[in-house]
Amino acid sequence: MKSFWSITLATLTKDIRLEWRSKDALNAMLFFSLLVVVIFVFSFDPLAEESRHIVGGLVWVAFLFAAVVALNQTWARELRNQVLDAYRVSPASANALFLAKVLGNFIFVSLLEALMTPLFIIFYNLRALGPAWQLIPIGLLGTWALVVNGTFFAAMSLRTRSRELMLPLLLFPVSIPAVLGMVAGTTSILTGENPAHFWIVLLLTYDVVFTTACLGLFETVLQAE
Amino acid sequence: MTNPSIAPIGAPIVVIVITGLIKQFGRFAALRGLSAEFDAGKFHVILGDNGAGKTTLLRALAGLAQPTRGTVSILGMDPQEACREIGYMAHPSLLYDEMSGMENLRYFARLYDIVGDERCEQVIRAVRLDPELARPVGQYSQGMRQRMSLARAILHDPKILLLDEPFSNVDVHSAREMVALLKAMRDAGKTIFVVTHQAALLEGVADEFVWMQAGQIVERTAGLASNSTRAGER
Amino acid sequence: MKRAFPILAVLTALFLAYALYEALIVAPTDALQGDVYRIIYYHVPSAWTAFLLFFINFIASVQYLADAKPSTQRAAKWIVIAIGIVGAVAPFIPQVRQQLPAGLYPSSVATTVLAIPVFYLLIGKFFPGQNLDVLAVTTAEVGVVFCTIVLVTGPIWARPVWGIWWAPGDIRLTSTLVLWLIYVSYLVLRRFSDSAQTQKLAAVLAVFGALDVPLVYFSIWFFRTQHPQPVIGGGGSMDPRMLHVLLISWLAFLCFAFLVCWSRFRLEKLRREVEEAYALESLAGAEDGARQAGATSLPLNRSPR
Repeated sequence: MKSFWSITLATLTKDIRLEWRSKDALNAMLFFSLLVVVIFVFSFDPLAEESRHIVGGLVWVAFLFAAVVALNQTWARELRNQVLDAYRVSPASANALFLAKVLGNFIFVSLLEALMTPLFIIFYNLRALGPAWQLIPIGLLGTWALVVNGTFFAAMSLRTRSRELMLPLLLFPVSIPAVLGMVAGTTSILTGENPAHFWIVLLLTYDVVFTTACLGLFETVLQAE
Repeated sequence: MTNPSIAPIGAPIVVIVITGLIKQFGRFAALRGLSAEFDAGKFHVILGDNGAGKTTLLRALAGLAQPTRGTVSILGMDPQEACREIGYMAHPSLLYDEMSGMENLRYFARLYDIVGDERCEQVIRAVRLDPELARPVGQYSQGMRQRMSLARAILHDPKILLLDEPFSNVDVHSAREMVALLKAMRDAGKTIFVVTHQAALLEGVADEFVWMQAGQIVERTAGLASNSTRAGER
Repeated sequence: MKRAFPILAVLTALFLAYALYEALIVAPTDALQGDVYRIIYYHVPSAWTAFLLFFINFIASVQYLADAKPSTQRAAKWIVIAIGIVGAVAPFIPQVRQQLPAGLYPSSVATTVLAIPVFYLLIGKFFPGQNLDVLAVTTAEVGVVFCTIVLVTGPIWARPVWGIWWAPGDIRLTSTLVLWLIYVSYLVLRRFSDSAQTQKLAAVLAVFGALDVPLVYFSIWFFRTQHPQPVIGGGGSMDPRMLHVLLISWLAFLCFAFLVCWSRFRLEKLRREVEEAYALESLAGAEDGARQAGATSLPLNRSPR
């Protein structure tokens, strides 16, 4: 058990170090998320009152796009020189690798969201009428929902042709209840019309169910050559 | 017969038993009903044309390619259970280009629960490289990269070594050094498999030449046969 | 078996014709909706058939994954039997009984849950090994076809009755749509995969899809309570004559689905046999080629021992 977490940590630090050394993906992704926000601002120019109703959807669709582009990079480094094979022949647990990748992506996507959120607030002049602190659990649980399944399906799409196209095709249908939860929860809080508790519980259930499923089945996916 | 402890004294111990191995990729079968046994402590060289199934056989032994049919047993275990006893070196380097050799090995040592830098430095010196070299592996020459890749494969001191084209694009001098290292490891009791096109390099060192053709083993000889002078050519 | 196929095909055609006659002529006209409602005799049986096929796909996929190791195979079997026993007994316990929604009999819940172990054991018995995966492909493909019929006939009915083509908050419509999306992505994965283990990847995705369905159902159920919808049917009991016709229709559809699945199953089995034969033969060809080339490149012109 100790070695499990030490491998997770070693893989995570290795990924962060490599990312920091190249910084290519990081810079490109930051710029990409900025572009997404600007495009949305040009496409939808609502009044403050209307924006409360639609911005929940806009924000999460923007996050979803940014996350998919980021998730597609997850396994790219492991494919170069087939380093993934070196992991597969080692006795290290497949789930340690999976958790490290999920944590890495969670940090990365959260960073992007933290950059995009203030831009959305500024451009759309947002102010929550409901309890704003509840946006934090929705944001964290929603990001985890996207990232945990996204990492899993990105690993699955490694074994397919046209890899980058496959990820959204696999991820989006399964993510529909989570997306509904994030969007409806955010909208309830922004408009203050309805309580968001159900959506937080839904996201929590979704996260628990799918994290368990991913951990149970990741080894099968990793070894499926 | 898979259990080494019941082998009669003096008889070679069988470490690998393959029965009826088939690996099918859609409309193509890379391995076709291959059965064989391999003895411990021997240096096996696998030869054959491109597409004969050499790499797939090695990957099946390493537990990377799961058989469509048939079984592979290593020391009486499934290849994935026996992974601590197997060192695998592939045609690509299996190293992160952006990290130095030492950083790479330090990471892979963690996967095998090896603590401390001593072992990593030891294997890097064993392949005649400098552990202090800070250059990322991506900037190594091909020969250095191959040797670093070998260092990664022997990091956890495996009993069985599976090497896929270890001498490709390596200059003759480095290749001879690697052969000497492998010979020393065989003499220390390791079982070694080498897939190569440069069989001539290994003449006199290898114990057995395994000839593969169209997904099967067609012949196993003790030396390169007389009409095999062309085998060393690429 | 092969001779049974045309006979069954003719019988199914007759049965479908009879069901159509019953649906268009015999069944009474709905007092409120008029003749438009008759589309339910195609819509509802298609939906039930699609759900049944997806259910079989899920069971086959789980079993395929469980069969990979003897230990998980045994564990999965006992878990499924335990689910069956608990599901058959629990609804009759008074405390649990009170939790059931009104109008739902404990016996109907028990029989539904019992279907899980029954299907699991039957499918495991009749479709061993790779046949499980062939069954999964077959049911997924045919299920998607029936699900498409549901999604097309639904709006056709909704337009005159509700006045809108699509109600985004409607629980059954939206759940069915998501189910359809999941299974289309399942088929896309099978098509695009270049892994030698496509079967396992597909089975994993099927499990993810099955886990998703209840979450979709509950999320939309709650979404609807927040967003009032146009009048949506449901509730109220059906005229017994209508129910009778509906069941006949469903039986005819089931026969039809069985027939299609059967031929698709055989086709897929044949395709795999051909693929395997082709793989071995192409190598035999390569062997000949190598034998000829062997004289010039490598000394491999030796016969197998």
